[in-house]
Amino acid sequence: MRSSVIVFPGSNCDRDIAVALEKMQFKNQMVWHKETKLPKSDLIVLPGGFSYGDYLRSGAIAGKSLIIDEVIKEANAGCLILGICNGFQILTETGLLKGTLLRNKNLKFINKDVHVKVINNETKFSNKYKKNQILNINIAHNEGNYFTNSKHLDQLKKDNLIAFKYCNEDGKINESTNPNGSLESIAGIYNSKKNILGMMPHPERMVEEIVSNKDGINLFSSLLS
Amino acid sequence: MKFSVTVTLKKDVLDPQGKVVENTLMNMGMKDLRNIRQGKYFQIEVDENDQSLAEKKIDLMCKKLLVNLIIEDYKINKI
Repeated sequence: MRSSVIVFPGSNCDRDIAVALEKMQFKNQMVWHKETKLPKSDLIVLPGGFSYGDYLRSGAIAGKSLIIDEVIKEANAGCLILGICNGFQILTETGLLKGTLLRNKNLKFINKDVHVKVINNETKFSNKYKKNQILNINIAHNEGNYFTNSKHLDQLKKDNLIAFKYCNEDGKINESTNPNGSLESIAGIYNSKKNILGMMPHPERMVEEIVSNKDGINLFSSLLS
Repeated sequence: MKFSVTVTLKKDVLDPQGKVVENTLMNMGMKDLRNIRQGKYFQIEVDENDQSLAEKKIDLMCKKLLVNLIIEDYKINKI
């Protein structure tokens, strides 16, 4: 499977995702944001980081970069797109995913391992997980507080487009298990065709037992299946 | 022609930064303070002599980049 990781000035998880993809035998290429052509890709990743120093709004400037027009074209043609953390913020700024990511409710940058529940395990990104499986996965963000209008929220629920929700280690979901104030504890969502996933947690940080755990591996092996 | 654009969070969107500023001012003794909403301010100059055309251009800038219409409102004023 061929993957492309888009690199913006200020991306800082691009190497991590490249290492994870290569470990999983993806044929990966790094693509600088000023490029106007994408290599043939089955998966395009918008990595985490602080593109353009989070100027204006997180992801706003990256969302207007040259390569993004190509990413939007590919996304509309059905290519798989994964946006992690700042990548999720960029996807909402481009309109490929609806809603937006507000400042964390407690106004603090949160960097810690949290638990998330797999809500939909029937997509190209999640089919190797069990339904309601609980993952221990790292988050590191200042704007992860997902917000959308009630009509879109209804659609997310009705069409099973919520990918992950924050929970505790027993899978309980309530205000105390929600680290950033995100609407309905949402940690990741799909578009209506389910070929685009945006998520705040970092699966690429959870692929080696020696540094963390392997809870992120199945996201990549799902893509390969 | 020169314009100002003020961007603020919509009424229903929580503004935690504004809240902290508000609480701090209250703690400093500004007891008459009712409410603070924090926003952004831009000064924009455009090469256009027709005011309504210039405003249309600024409006496009707001919609295309400066404002996130899901959570923010904006006001354009000539200065």
